[in-house]
Order: sequence, then structure tokens, then C-alpha cells
Amino acid sequence: MKKTIKQYILENLLFTEDESAIQDNDSFLDGGIIDSTGVMEIILFIEETFGIRVNDDEMLPANLDSVDNLIAFVQSKQAQAVAA
Amino acid sequence: MSRLLQNTLLTTAARHPDRTALIAGDVRMSYQEVKDYACRLAHALRTRGVRRGDRVAIFMDNTWQCALSIYGVLLADGVFVVINAQTKRDKLAFILGDSNARVLLSEPNLLRVFGPVAEQLPTLRVLCAGGIGTLSADMESLDNALTDMPTTPPPQSAISLDLASLIYTSGSTGEPKGVMHTHQSMLFALQSLVEYLRLDGTDRLLCVLPLAFDYGLYQWLMTVYTGSALVLERSFTYPAQVLNVMETEGVTVFPGVPTIFAMLLAAHERQPLCFENVRRVTNTAAALPANFNTRLREIFPNADIYRMYGLTECKRVSYLPPEQIERKPESVGIAIPGTEVMVLDDAGQPVKPGEVGTLYVRGSHVMLGYWNQPEKSAHMLKPGSLPGERLLCTHDLFTVDEDGYLYFIGRTDDIIKSRGEKISPLEVETVLYGIQGIREAVVLGIPDLLLGQAVIAFVSVMENSDLSEGRIKKLCGDKLEAFMVPKYVTILPELPKSANNKTDKKALTAMLS
Repeated sequence: MKKTIKQYILENLLFTEDESAIQDNDSFLDGGIIDSTGVMEIILFIEETFGIRVNDDEMLPANLDSVDNLIAFVQSKQAQAVAA
Repeated sequence: MSRLLQNTLLTTAARHPDRTALIAGDVRMSYQEVKDYACRLAHALRTRGVRRGDRVAIFMDNTWQCALSIYGVLLADGVFVVINAQTKRDKLAFILGDSNARVLLSEPNLLRVFGPVAEQLPTLRVLCAGGIGTLSADMESLDNALTDMPTTPPPQSAISLDLASLIYTSGSTGEPKGVMHTHQSMLFALQSLVEYLRLDGTDRLLCVLPLAFDYGLYQWLMTVYTGSALVLERSFTYPAQVLNVMETEGVTVFPGVPTIFAMLLAAHERQPLCFENVRRVTNTAAALPANFNTRLREIFPNADIYRMYGLTECKRVSYLPPEQIERKPESVGIAIPGTEVMVLDDAGQPVKPGEVGTLYVRGSHVMLGYWNQPEKSAHMLKPGSLPGERLLCTHDLFTVDEDGYLYFIGRTDDIIKSRGEKISPLEVETVLYGIQGIREAVVLGIPDLLLGQAVIAFVSVMENSDLSEGRIKKLCGDKLEAFMVPKYVTILPELPKSANNKTDKKALTAMLS
């Protein structure tokens, strides 16, 4: 999952294949690499790739603003789906 | 009566010292605290050589330091220049050089951008907010600079005709231009805005727009003027965060651009939203589709919705009184209080209702001109009927109806409006031509549901080049703010040419449709 997410971020936000271009805990906002339409695209990507549904009230930096945050968020959504 | 912009802060702080002025994340500041910080910064700037009329650049994200620095610079008798935090090195260097800024105020997040630029400008003093560990020897910690500085304003010698701000804006010629506004023009605009928006000290204004953009900046200026509170957010990037803060802080004024409203409406369709506290919703920067008027009512049932039109060169031109929105859902209304607008034909005569003409603006809110750009200033400022008077020619096409209400028809230049931001195709093309391997480049705007217009680049590449579309976007992103980076890049074997061998934009536009 980490590889898929990181690859998506590199290709679609940073337009590079260089893995060192971003650290896993780097904030997308601080790095100036994201804006509101970028967030929408990330959400569509994780919804389609991991079969989850992101609610509007989950569109928070804590869930979406770094590679690490995205991984933790997708994992918790998947765990919820299994439990439900 | 305030003659200088900063006096609005001193007056409000004297009247309501304990009232909340600013909420930015975990930081809440009273008017007393805002005033004290701004005064300390003013002294710190003075002791670093800032004199009346000197430009001080503020290169910061939407942080509390950015908001307070604006008043600190003014209290030092300086001219503030807020630079969008997304700005990349080359453009930052251009703005710092063009404005001949004496001091740069910035923050550690942006060190990677301003660091190399500042090294090339030995006379520039740099003050950096926050941690000092990473700073090089010729940069100072802003926090350290403020210690021991007095919290009373330094003596001021500026008068109302002096510059208060340079606001850099994209132009069709590629390089940004510094719009010169005096204390007088800004105070006048401020009072007019507060009057028609019917703001008072009980309001809480939301600002998700950059303070470098005059629409964002004036939210803060109006807050201080009325003694209300500003809820400052970095952006609308994470809508849920902003919507939570709106609810908990009881926001009453929601200023947005069509892209933000489109996102709100999309979210509303997924899960209904309702903000009963919001009393005013405002739109400018790009035309609000008329069907948004009624749909936004569902989200803001108690709000007046203001459709407005403006340009940085005079801050704001017109607004539709909210009572008229049902009768004239497409209109951007009438001149803001105390100003006048005219739609004139090529002979300079007022057009008849329904005919298209160019919009001219008359009032004390009109800019002095562009900094160091007499020719470009003359292109925008035309002689008025009184000796010495200047009218602002917007170069935008409008019609008026029988009641004198304005309707935007289109632009006469090729500026692209995306997310409410102005984008010069030439500026993007210049960056594209700077990329090794690109032979030809043309940049156009295409209609986009969310963005208004999206940027599309058509390029042809050298034979031995292995440039990909993604790689081109990345290289653009190194030089351009994110909103200017082409959303689409199309590589063609060759770009179509017109008869005189110029690249044929019309043929490319036709290809798109």
C-alpha cells in the first residue's frame, strides 16, 4: 500500500520518479505541493484503489496531508469496513 | 478619522483592547496583542534602516505573523508587499528586485525558496519568524528582533498620499506588475466595502484566500477597521478543517471564489451542509454561475449573497445588492458606494442598454499606477473629464441593462482565470520555452467545471528529446505557483501556424472543441 500511495504522490503531485523527492512524513501543505483540487484527486485515487469511501468530514490534514497520514487513514478505513 | 491605514488598528485597539482580533489555528489574539506586536515590529524595522516609503516584503503563508506584519510595516511608515507563499525562486527574485525591498519578512518553511534568492541580494535584510536553528549568518530571527522593542507606535511622518502597499498581479505581458495603492485609496475602498457589506464589530470573517491576494487582504483590513474578528485559514485545501472551524468559531462572513463554492456544493450533495450563523456570502475574482445563487441558499439559509466584480487596480468595482439577486441573477450590480462606472463605446460614448462596451471606473479607489511601469500605467489610466483626473480603463467588456446594472461579457486580453487567479499565458509559455527540449509552446485556457478555466499547454519538442507530459508539468512546477502549472500538457509533432507563420491559437482552440 505504501508503495502504491507514494508512487501516486510522486507521479501526480511531484511529477517525478525520484523517491527522495518527498519524505513519508512531509506535509504536502508545507511543501507547497498541494491545493484543493489536488486533495480531491488524492481522495478519488484512494477511494478507487482501496475501495473505501471518504466522508466530507474526513477531509482533514490529519488524514490526508502526508504519505504516512494517508497510509494510516486508509488502514483505519479498511479496518472499519472489516469490522462493520 | 483615520488618514493612514494603520491608524484603524490603533483606534480599534484603544477602543476594544480585549476583543478577539485574530484566530489562526491554535493562536487567538486580542486587539491589544495585535497592536503591541505590530508596534514592536515597526521599531525593529526602523532600527534596521526602514524609512518612510521603503518597501518591506512579507513572504509568508496565511499565518498570524503575516497578518500582523502588514500593520508592523505600515507603523514603520513602510510600504508592505505581501508575496504569495507559493511563489518560486525566479519570481520571488523578480519581485524583490522590482520593488527594491529593503527587508524581507519570511518563515522557515519557505527558506528553501528565499534562501538562495536572498544570498544574491546583499543589501536585503532578512527576518525569519520561528526557529532560528536553520538560519544562515546573514539572517535574523524575527522573534529575537522583537524582544525589548517598545509596544507604542514609533513617530510617523507618512501622509495619506503616500504608498501603503504594492500588490503584485499577473499581466498579459508576462511579468508581474506592482499595483500602487496609497493610504487614501485603500482607506477609501475599505470604507466603501464595509458600507455595502454592512459589516460591524459583531462579525467574524473567514479568510481562506491568500493575504497576498487583495480579496484575502481586505478581509483582514475590514476586520481591523470594524473591530470584528478574522478566522484565518491557510487555504481551502482541506475543506473539512475549514468547515469545522467555521462552526466552532461562529463565522458570519464567508468570502469565496467560484472554485470554492463549486467544492462546497459538491460536498453538500454528498452530505448536506448548513451554516446558519453565516450572514454574508461574497463572490468575486471570477463570475459566479447564476444557478449557484439559489443552491448556495441551501448551505447558507440566513445569508445575503453578494455577486461582485473587481480588479486589483481599484480593489473592487461593483456589487449586486443582495435584494436584487432574484431579479438580476446574472448581474454583477452597480458601482460600489462613492464611485462611478461607465460602459463606453470605442468613441468614448456611453453604450445603450444591451450594447457591449468597455468598462471604465472613476473614484478615489483607483490605483496610482504600476510601480516603475509608466507605459503599462498609461494603458490602464486614461484622462478623465476634470484636469489631472485619471479614469481606470478595465479593458473588460460589459453591457448595462435599463436600470444601469452591469453584466460581464468578457476580457479583451488573453489572461486565463483559474480558481479565481489571474494567469498570464505568456508567463507560462516563457517557463515552457526555458525547458530544454521544448521547441514551441502555446498556453490556453479551457472551460473547467471546478476551476472556471484550466490551463492547457500545447508543445512540440526537439527530435532527440525524451520529455514526457508529466516531466513538463514537474519542470513547470519548479518555476510557477501551483495554480499556474498546466493541468493538461499535449505534445504535438508540430504546432499549427497562421499565414504569417505565428503559432495559430485559434486553430488550437478549434481543436479543443
